[in-house]
Amino acid sequence: MTIERQSSALPGENTTSKAAGFMRAMGAVVWKDLSAELRSRELISAMLVFALLVILIFNFALDLNPAQRREPTITAGVLWVIFVFAGTLGLNRSMAVEKDRGCLDGLLLAPVDRSAIYFGKVLGNLVFMLMVELIVLPIYSLLYNVNLFNPGLLLVILLGSIGYVAVGTLLAAMAVQARTRDILLPILLFPVVLPVILAAVKASTGFLDGSEMDLIRPWLNLLIVYDIIFSAVAFMVFDYVVEE
Amino acid sequence: MESKPRLLTILDIATVVLLLIATYMVFFYAPQEAVMGDVQRVFYFHVAAGWVGMLSFMGAAIAGIVYLIKKDRKWDIVGLAAVEIGIVFLFINVVTGSIWARPIWNTWWTWDPRLTTATVMLLIYLAYLMLRQGIEDPDRRARFGAVYAIIGSLSVPLTYFSARIFRTIHPIVIGSGDPNASGSFDMTPLMTRTFMFSLLTFTFIFFDLFWHRIRLGRKADQVEQLRLKTME
Amino acid sequence: MIKVRKLVKRFGLKTVLRGLDFEVEQGEFVALLGPNGAGKTTFLRILASLSRPSMGGVNIAGYRLPDQAAAVRRRLGVVSHQPLLYGDLTAEENLRFYGRMYGVSNLQERVMEVLELVGLTTRRRDLVRTFSRGMQQRLAIGRAVLHDPDVVLFDEPHTGLDQDASAMLDTVLQEVAARGRTVVMTSHDLARTADLASRFDVISRGVISASVQRDEIDPNDLLAFYRQALQES
Repeated sequence: MTIERQSSALPGENTTSKAAGFMRAMGAVVWKDLSAELRSRELISAMLVFALLVILIFNFALDLNPAQRREPTITAGVLWVIFVFAGTLGLNRSMAVEKDRGCLDGLLLAPVDRSAIYFGKVLGNLVFMLMVELIVLPIYSLLYNVNLFNPGLLLVILLGSIGYVAVGTLLAAMAVQARTRDILLPILLFPVVLPVILAAVKASTGFLDGSEMDLIRPWLNLLIVYDIIFSAVAFMVFDYVVEE
Repeated sequence: MESKPRLLTILDIATVVLLLIATYMVFFYAPQEAVMGDVQRVFYFHVAAGWVGMLSFMGAAIAGIVYLIKKDRKWDIVGLAAVEIGIVFLFINVVTGSIWARPIWNTWWTWDPRLTTATVMLLIYLAYLMLRQGIEDPDRRARFGAVYAIIGSLSVPLTYFSARIFRTIHPIVIGSGDPNASGSFDMTPLMTRTFMFSLLTFTFIFFDLFWHRIRLGRKADQVEQLRLKTME
Repeated sequence: MIKVRKLVKRFGLKTVLRGLDFEVEQGEFVALLGPNGAGKTTFLRILASLSRPSMGGVNIAGYRLPDQAAAVRRRLGVVSHQPLLYGDLTAEENLRFYGRMYGVSNLQERVMEVLELVGLTTRRRDLVRTFSRGMQQRLAIGRAVLHDPDVVLFDEPHTGLDQDASAMLDTVLQEVAARGRTVVMTSHDLARTADLASRFDVISRGVISASVQRDEIDPNDLLAFYRQALQES
């Protein structure tokens, strides 16, 4: 059998194709994660089941129906606790896949910028997290008679998830290379992601309660600032985390 | 690096002397505060410890950045030393904060922005140590430590601001007083002097411990090198 | 094709490679032999651009590592003893993914070519999770040559394979080497490499301690040569 050699011109030698190469690699990583997940559905189902179990536990631990509570509503707080913990599962698993069969090496061998890999992973993780969040919302709505179809709430969920996933992907890449990998990610992530949680919960509550925008705006600003700072920093240091 | 430098010995003595003087000042020189009484004396060491904790934190982040650029092991030892010392001082800060809060506001804890931020810093420090512990390769350990120190130092100011916004929008009155009033007693000149002196003392303690810890780290490296040589 | 000068690699305070020199011409097939812990895998990882040298110069296809790593990576294919494949994707999808990462043109055609080369055309729609180790290794080789590299590195590719699978692997290896590609393969299986390699280098205690061309030595003397090389270092 004969194999024709590829043409001698190698792709990606000039800057315009460099950007195209970046996008192509990033797209490839996202597509790979989504395809694999679509087939096995392991990640989403684990995250969903976990989320539902957390709702169940909260149901017995607290009274979640706003009409029956005397204190102000804790809906936003409970939701974000759910998202944070389910999100950790997703982040861990997504990185573990790369580590287990040495696939991370496979990614690093490719002639692409490390940051393309980082953004690809972040985008994939974000999609998974948003999918879980969008399924939990209606379920929670039904169970506790709360209207969660609030565009402001959805915006907050998006902004908060971005910040969470941007830092989480970086820290997961580190945690997965340590011996204590499973418990390490929450320990590393939670103290650092607190501003996001606080801002997200406050902004969410604001939108659900119908508060004035003036009260909500500082929280939204905080979220946006966090998202920008950490996406930029994580993208800059990702190299150091995966190289040897 | 064989014998202990003269300067370090001098620093040791100076630090002990300063600490003795500072203790005297805190208990005898500074007057008793009108409203809070003797428990207010905790304030001098509480703030000084917090100041050192913050110093350590920034030191660890800067050491991290320099390490990533230069890849010199010495900066990794510096970063680790800063974190270890920072943990001790932040712990002192948080505990003294709690001791102070109890008689004043009738609560062992207040989610005051500064105390909250100090606690978060402490947790990040501990996470830093746990991260290092889980990694075998020394170079990777140093790199990851550096990255986490940088990420941590960026998130802490944001945590502080978010706690501040939380306070201004939702002022909470706990117990018998407004926790926002922490530190809002007027300081007489004697108190101010005591305060500045405590700050100075704790800074000396920081550098003294820091220097010792770095020497310890380098000696440990030397031992490791000798050990590797004998194995060949 | 490959030029290595005074390569030093340290992990923390431990030195694994001590001033290693190594040179390979285009088209050579070098078998890198050595005991465990000698630094074979470390050396190969540096050549593969996965690990940075502590000191020294590494040049592949005229490009320097680690500065021009991207250029090197385009011309490099690596087969490690881990398959570097995604279990939840099919063989075809795995190849398509890597093809996109490398910017391979005429992707679908090329994927089919490679599948034929490694004898997995009939299993292309099956999940890699269901493949035997031998099949995974073959697919891994396919992944490595998908972008038509000039240099291919193999890190103990026969690990965990039974006789039949190993024999099949050898056929593929020969085909890969036959295209004028430069190959470096680490191994501690002398018998296997005897048939494939054009040159045998022994790595011991962080340096290349001996090197011999295939036509300079009788295959039966290979073991003695190897033992002596280890003793002398």
